[in-house]
Amino acid sequence: MLTRIEVGQKSPSTDSQARKILATLHETFRFSAEKVAKAATLSVYTLEMELDGTAKERIARDLFTDPITEKFAIDAHLATGSPGAAGSLGTAGFDFLIEVGYKPGVTDNVGRSSREGISDLLGRTLSDDDQVFTGRQFQFWGALTRADAETIATKLLANPLIETYLILSKEEWRKSPAIPKTSGKVTFKHKPEVRTIELPESDEALQKLSDEKVLALTIAEMRAIKAYYAAAETVAHRTKAGLPASPTDVELEVLAQTWSEHCKHKIFAADIEYTDETGKRENISSLYKTYIKAATEKVRPKAPWLKSVFTDNAGIIAFTEDWDVSMKAETHNSPSALDPYGGAMTGIVGVNRDILGSGMGSRPIFNTDVFCFASPFYDKPIPEKLHHPRRIFKEVHRGVKDGGNESGIPTVNGSIVFDDRFLGKPLVFCGTGGLHPSTVNGKPSWQKTIEPGDRILMAGGRIGKDGIHGATFSSAALTEASPTSAVQIGDPITQKKLSDFLLEARDQGLYRFVTDNGAGGLSSSLGEMARESGGCKMHLEKAPLKYAGLDPWEILVSEAQERMSFAVPPEKLAAFLELARRRGVEASDLGEFSGDGLFEAYFQGSLACSLSMEFLHEGNPKLKLKARWAPPRHSEPPVNFWASRDLKADALTLLSALNICSKESWVRQYDHEVQGMSVIKPFVGEKADGPSDAAVVRPLYDRKEGLVVSHGIVPRYSDIDCYHMTACALDEAVRNAVAVGARPGTLAGLDNFCWPDPVESENTPDGQLKLAHLVRSNQALYDYCVAYGLPLISGKDSMKNDYGRGKDKISVPPTLLFTVIGKIDDVEKTITMDAKAAGDRLYALGVTRNELGGSEYFRQLGFTGNAVPKVDAVSALALYHRLADAIEKGLVRSAHDCSDGGLFTAIAEVCMAGRLGATVDLAALPTDASLEALTPGAKLFSESQSRFVITVTPQNCVAFEALFHNGGSGATAIKVPFACIGEVTDRQDLVIRDASPGSAGSGSADPGFLFSAGIDEMFASWRRPLDW
Amino acid sequence: MGKPRIAIITGYGINSDNELAHSFALAGGEPRRVHINDLIARKPALSEFDVIAVPGGFSFGDHIASGRVFANKLKHSLAEDLHKAAERKVPMIGICNGFQVLVKLGILPGKLDMSGSTANAMGAAATEFEQNTTLTYNDSGRFEDRWCHLSGDPASKSIWTRGIERIYLPIRHGEGKFIPKDAETLAALKRNGQISLRYSTATGANPGEGAAAYPLNPNGSVDHIAGISSADGLIFGLMPHPEAHMLATNHPQWQKLGLKGEGEGIRIFRNAVDYVRG
Repeated sequence: MLTRIEVGQKSPSTDSQARKILATLHETFRFSAEKVAKAATLSVYTLEMELDGTAKERIARDLFTDPITEKFAIDAHLATGSPGAAGSLGTAGFDFLIEVGYKPGVTDNVGRSSREGISDLLGRTLSDDDQVFTGRQFQFWGALTRADAETIATKLLANPLIETYLILSKEEWRKSPAIPKTSGKVTFKHKPEVRTIELPESDEALQKLSDEKVLALTIAEMRAIKAYYAAAETVAHRTKAGLPASPTDVELEVLAQTWSEHCKHKIFAADIEYTDETGKRENISSLYKTYIKAATEKVRPKAPWLKSVFTDNAGIIAFTEDWDVSMKAETHNSPSALDPYGGAMTGIVGVNRDILGSGMGSRPIFNTDVFCFASPFYDKPIPEKLHHPRRIFKEVHRGVKDGGNESGIPTVNGSIVFDDRFLGKPLVFCGTGGLHPSTVNGKPSWQKTIEPGDRILMAGGRIGKDGIHGATFSSAALTEASPTSAVQIGDPITQKKLSDFLLEARDQGLYRFVTDNGAGGLSSSLGEMARESGGCKMHLEKAPLKYAGLDPWEILVSEAQERMSFAVPPEKLAAFLELARRRGVEASDLGEFSGDGLFEAYFQGSLACSLSMEFLHEGNPKLKLKARWAPPRHSEPPVNFWASRDLKADALTLLSALNICSKESWVRQYDHEVQGMSVIKPFVGEKADGPSDAAVVRPLYDRKEGLVVSHGIVPRYSDIDCYHMTACALDEAVRNAVAVGARPGTLAGLDNFCWPDPVESENTPDGQLKLAHLVRSNQALYDYCVAYGLPLISGKDSMKNDYGRGKDKISVPPTLLFTVIGKIDDVEKTITMDAKAAGDRLYALGVTRNELGGSEYFRQLGFTGNAVPKVDAVSALALYHRLADAIEKGLVRSAHDCSDGGLFTAIAEVCMAGRLGATVDLAALPTDASLEALTPGAKLFSESQSRFVITVTPQNCVAFEALFHNGGSGATAIKVPFACIGEVTDRQDLVIRDASPGSAGSGSADPGFLFSAGIDEMFASWRRPLDW
Repeated sequence: MGKPRIAIITGYGINSDNELAHSFALAGGEPRRVHINDLIARKPALSEFDVIAVPGGFSFGDHIASGRVFANKLKHSLAEDLHKAAERKVPMIGICNGFQVLVKLGILPGKLDMSGSTANAMGAAATEFEQNTTLTYNDSGRFEDRWCHLSGDPASKSIWTRGIERIYLPIRHGEGKFIPKDAETLAALKRNGQISLRYSTATGANPGEGAAAYPLNPNGSVDHIAGISSADGLIFGLMPHPEAHMLATNHPQWQKLGLKGEGEGIRIFRNAVDYVRG
């Protein structure tokens, strides 16, 4: 029986969603106020269960409706003109009505909570067949056409990939004022079975099989699989086990998931022949081992606080004598391109699970997020199957916001980077840090094992068709034919219940091992876990399903969310299941871990999969790739271009650049202080609207130790050289951390690569160059990690960030997100970036060079240039130690790093945040004496790295300067360039001069005066672009 | 007596329980985080506690409406124990999502004395539950995390806000707009001293009217109401998060102002602990 309940607002004054939709239609869709004059929103609940009239009434009134602000209708419509409502027939209360609901099988979180509410209200347990489906109704008044309604439905209200919608005009409604009640139940007539798949002889046919089944396996891999099945040993085993000679579909899918680029990182493991610009050749066997792992091994002796690196779901480092912290960053790009809300939300809740599954279980204490989008103001045609970048931006933001906020994890650090090449694939980086006791039940918590005989437990959400082929799909370019089943929607509440349960179970010692179910689903999590004991035997029919009709291979590879896998000793099984029941968490015993070297799955009593663990994990052939580096030459502005520039106008325009302007209205929608640990928030200063360099949190409330979290990302520089792009991203992350009071040597790094496909092929003719970018990026990573004593603890790569084929192909610029986490001894000594008081002296630290290549300023002028900023690690490290000393001694009042937009942007932000002015004289700015004198413009806008703007109280200036002149010891006791360049004032303007001999206006009344910009004026430019 | 025993209710998406427990500990209480399902099973029972706290969070993901599904759960499984606790004069607090739960359950502000009488100084016991106010979507239509200046109403009977003229706390919600059923309800709340905290300027002044009051009044709450109490002053709910200002370093300008040690929010919890201790 279906019951439909509509809930609407009594008065438009409480319909803030309608107001928001109306504003978007007017401002973004440019619909006139006549076209769309008014809107109203309703919630729709369709209940599929047996209910009597009283029960319906109670559910509608007591559960779904707010007695103060809302009204409801049961099996009738609130829209006037319908027979069941108070309005008179024939006068429809709208001009167009749009109703949106989920497609069958798509996660319906409100429906699930409604079901639980109904169960509580009726005092009875509902059966699996009793379900609630939710929808939203939108009514519009105005002169809009059906085509307008269609636009509103598909471009704003519904994502046709996961949702259905219905449009009714006033006339249609008058004719038949009713909306059909529809069940969202999934009904497959399909009878699940295991199929055998013959492996064809020819390469062509093998490749076709891989493509058709979205296995994303190469011909070499298909051949390796064919050889495995042909081997005498395999044949004998299969005969004995009663399996067919050819693979079952379950086996082939398990191999494809396990060998996917997403899970096996084949490009980072490949043999690469690299040719540099001089023609010199070098053979690299695994970028990962040669650069990433090697850097950490080299630094490890100086970092005794490293606990677990690269092996677990996240890196783990020591925090205090009793507590460790974990951190991991992930990307969720492909799903976010198709369904930005669901894709981004699964990104954040997915990386939360990585933390929950680190060591014996770590509690998520903060999130970070970094997005890369095309401009929200993009005005060219959008390729097939892609969303407009503005919609991507809004929906990705909403997904990460809901995912983080609902999970009770503060989002403390992040950024948004814009470049139109992210049109093809937005990049959605989600990071999470966790906290856990360093020992659990007397054992080091970062170690975990599995014994043969341990039970296989899966807990959390159920399995559906959602997310099938996520791992293999993300390992392929996005095309118009990309599968829609690859999309999942996160369910933060099911996961929150799971995470509360997990931490209790951890402390009670109810399991021996835990990991998350992410890409590749059970096949991947159990495949990895089975390596600990040496095999597993699971029974796929025991896995709880969202709906019947899934084939066994689908159960195994589904990426349905909110699930964790556990190894539970048999004697703890009863207690594990009992605690799960008490916490409202579904847990299922799927079988046992074994030690016989086989990965085995049964379905309804019959063996459906029996693969050698060794072949599964080590059998994939190594890729052999070529990389060739040829440095590009970009055009430069004309020699005398500075003469014609209006520096003030340029400076104000620069503050409006998408990569520089304020993101406050977006960031403020993240809960950034739940858990009460916040010490330095994303926004700081007089009115809490200055952008802080790094986050500082205090994980243990009664201790003074803190954690610093920061990041660096500059894909612009990849257009010149990925070596320096990487060095700059890394330096930016480190100097951001140093700016708040961290010290090099206590920091650890995380590398997240998002690259266009770097494997040369018909569709990627420039693969050798793209792979050279990757090689150079890794070389820089090694060089600078070693130089800074910065171990890498975790990383991830996403290597197919392209859209389309041929000349329409869009590839993202090679992008590295470098995240830094580290310990701070005393949070009360940390500092923020805002100017604190008039009279304080303004110092510039570090050398400014003529490095405008790839800068925001050059981009504004329409040039890329060639002089990309380069990092002098020795000098930078000395400066960082010196600044850390000064901050520790309390000599620094504020510190801000110079990055996008250079010195001017940094000083402007310091002033705006503090609501104070400043006078600056660029004549004193430390520059590189070996080069020609810099123009004032180059001083203001060059993006030279390893620089800061700081303020110092006048009485501390002598001590500060003495420390900077004479400080440091050992390798860091070198000269550190710094100079006082001005003073903080209580006037509301920033006055810039360059009184260098021979500069403009020398000899005049105000020598060297360049311009003066009001704080309000700068604020207006800085806020405008993204304040919506 | 010993330290007051504080029940911090957890489960189903509540998420501010750790910092709330620590705040009560700093205030001199003995907090214990207890899962709602354990309270329903009376292992332990609510009767074992001197103070009951419903923390902030996203119980059931704010689905249907914030606090509603959790309130529904309490109503159908723990109502009797809550009634008894109210009769025992146990102080209760609901913060943010906890406030939404108590309002939607009707514990707050409770059945109102509409007689116009001001004779009963302590008011009636808050044992009759009836939803007569609500918390709904912010006027901005969005979730926001921002710090707000709050001023205590001098007529407030809440034991939780005793002595608090002004306090600075963050709000973090999408559904915090307080709306009473009608003008009479608002008048009764005022008359009975049940309005405890209002959004204000830094100096405690009225933030203005309508849209001009934003962001000082961050959600459009009627009469700038941020927190209310039961007629007897023992049950208290507020949208801002006092537990998020438990340490001075939580304050957004702690460095410039040179703040150290305990945060302002602890005053609210200490009031309840002191009340129980007598």
